[in-house]
Amino acid sequence: MLKIQNLHAGIEEKKILKGINLEVKPGEVHAIMGPNGSGKSTLASVLAGRENFEVTDGSVEFYGKDLLELAPEERAGEGLFLAFQYPVEIPGLTTTNFIKTAVNEVRKYRGQDALDAVGFLKLMKEKMGLMNIDQSLLSRPLNEGFSGGEKKRNEIFQMAMLEPRLAILDETDSGLDIDAIRIVSNGVNKIRGKDNAVLVITHYQRLLDYIVPDFVHVLYKGRIVKSGTKELALELEERGYDFIKNEVNIGEEA
Amino acid sequence: MDTISYFKEQLNQLPQTQPAALARIRQEAADAFVQQGIPATRHEEWKYTRISSLFNKGFEWPVNQSATAVGEDQMQALRLPGSEKANELVFVNGRFSKELSVIRSKDLTVLSLEEAAAGEFEPLIAAHLGHSSDYLKDGIHAMNTAFMQGAVFVHVAKNKIIAEPVYAYHITDARAANSLSLPRSLVYISQAAELHWVETFHTLGMQESFTNQVVEMVAEKDARLFYYKIQHDAPHTNLVSTTHIRQIGQCYTYAVTISLDGHIVRNNTHVVMEAEHGEAHLYGLYFLNGNTHVDNHTIVDNAKPHCYSNELYKGVVGDSATGVFNGKIFVRQDAQKINAYQSNKNIILSDAASVNTKPQLEIFADDVKCSHGCTIGRLDEEGLFYLQSRGIPAKLAQSLLLHGFTSDILEKIKLDVIRDYADQLISQRLELL
Ligand SMILES: Nc1ncnc2c1ncn2[C@@H]1O[C@H](COP(=O)(O)OP(=O)(O)OP(=O)(O)O)[C@@H](O)[C@H]1O
Ligand SMILES: [Mg+2]
Repeated sequence: MLKIQNLHAGIEEKKILKGINLEVKPGEVHAIMGPNGSGKSTLASVLAGRENFEVTDGSVEFYGKDLLELAPEERAGEGLFLAFQYPVEIPGLTTTNFIKTAVNEVRKYRGQDALDAVGFLKLMKEKMGLMNIDQSLLSRPLNEGFSGGEKKRNEIFQMAMLEPRLAILDETDSGLDIDAIRIVSNGVNKIRGKDNAVLVITHYQRLLDYIVPDFVHVLYKGRIVKSGTKELALELEERGYDFIKNEVNIGEEA
Repeated sequence: MDTISYFKEQLNQLPQTQPAALARIRQEAADAFVQQGIPATRHEEWKYTRISSLFNKGFEWPVNQSATAVGEDQMQALRLPGSEKANELVFVNGRFSKELSVIRSKDLTVLSLEEAAAGEFEPLIAAHLGHSSDYLKDGIHAMNTAFMQGAVFVHVAKNKIIAEPVYAYHITDARAANSLSLPRSLVYISQAAELHWVETFHTLGMQESFTNQVVEMVAEKDARLFYYKIQHDAPHTNLVSTTHIRQIGQCYTYAVTISLDGHIVRNNTHVVMEAEHGEAHLYGLYFLNGNTHVDNHTIVDNAKPHCYSNELYKGVVGDSATGVFNGKIFVRQDAQKINAYQSNKNIILSDAASVNTKPQLEIFADDVKCSHGCTIGRLDEEGLFYLQSRGIPAKLAQSLLLHGFTSDILEKIKLDVIRDYADQLISQRLELL
């Protein structure tokens, strides 16, 4: 479903992504790990269509379409979802109103009729139960004054409402308590299926106990420098990134 | 003939004012007007707002206004929602029209100023009429007082809650000639009374129009005043609108100004807190496009201890429009334990749009809590991307963000029909983006 080839991107003069190659197939879960500042969030943002990053080389295909040609809202319509590392606070726009607009805009993009009030409420009740989110949070302005954990849970709630084909979770686990990690993972696993894929960006093995990945990649200095199975995550947890950094830096010197 | 000479001539033709107290206030203002003229931009308070050149257009202000033909048709077109349950005060070319007005509340007294000054209300008028002149030392304010014709006095009796709001419509008839309106009112809210007041401005016709309006409001102990001003007159119209609220007992006053349209709009919004433990709220929203220029000058004068005031003005300024905010807070020497908050936040939508904002705090007491802040910025890119990433197209995302930005001011409007109406006006404005 997703095919990233030789992707280079940066901001102004700064090169951040320096040749990413990655293929994700339906039903797969990929984990991306890597030290701070290696480019994980940049990759997620470029995939979601954030304009301030400039793509200088390479291509991204999503279900055969040139993803980089699409506006962010079209990418969402095509079934891409990004759970933000830092969800944005939007004063004066209630969460419910926002989600209703999003759901119906995505439906419109897909040629489906808008949900009426009853249909929307039913869908929302169902997903609220799943994510253990309560009504009072949803009637507040979007993310405004939400605790760190509430923001993250709200991201996954939005994901559940939009039912994407590819969900990218950018450090959704950081700031979550143990129960919340379980709830969030549960939510992610619910949408996991043979047609859906998940890209999990995380620093911690712990999340991968719940969302078990098929592949683990290490991003360093804007490149995927190592890929493996879930055992790689365990190894990283034990040894840290130094051994990988050394390998890469020796390689660079040679 | 130059502007001052023309108006001087009109002044000479005004009928004798009765009683003497009124005549004296008017004469003092006439002298001040002739001496000062229309404020130029070198006047500190008019630095960003140029109105003097407007008067080169030759506004007519006939002393004897023939009853202009404002009929039911015109009224229908400009009525606010909920008018069937409101007291309607209609001013045509600055003069109160008894025929077009409807008073529904029995505890609301509406009299011509002369009539009121000749009767039991004389002491109230002597004490409060012209109080705003202590705060506005310029010719345009003096002009309104000098030419008071068809002014009204409104009185709310003690302990009475006026359930039906007052809708004050200011109509300027510019169908045949360049027209100037000088509406004036004095509103007195007695002890423990409550009043809701909504003010709007309308120009008929396409000739030049200038409205220079003054309303002075006095609130006694335990009174509650909710004042709303909605400005969306035609793009060629000019308006100076002064709202001067005087708290003479411990009370609660509330003012919301929504500005959308006009050529030049200047609002002077004042709250003078003359009693301990007073509470004042001042809110404003300007959402501007085209060449509209809106200037909000506010004053919160804390004359007594333990007063609380909260002021928030927000602006969205697009095209080549201009927003000006000047917020003065005075804390007098003996006014300790004051809490005064002020904030002005602006979003600029285009390169040609501009905002000038200036807080001005003059604090002579030492035990006070005052805060002020202003921001001018572009629409939040992060927010825009966040909404788009959820499938919401850019234009709609922008509209949702801006609506969200305005919503806390709209929510301050406590009259449901008026809030919905203002919200509708904002939504229409958003659709134009
Ligand atoms: N808007 C920006 N302007 C300048 N530099 C940026 C910008 N965004 C990201 N960068 C830089 O790009 C590099 C990669 O950042 P990115 O956020 O992608 O890292 P990350 O791998 O997600 O790190 P973390 O694990 O800390 O979240 C960093 O050096 C960062 O400072
Ligand atoms: Mg990151």
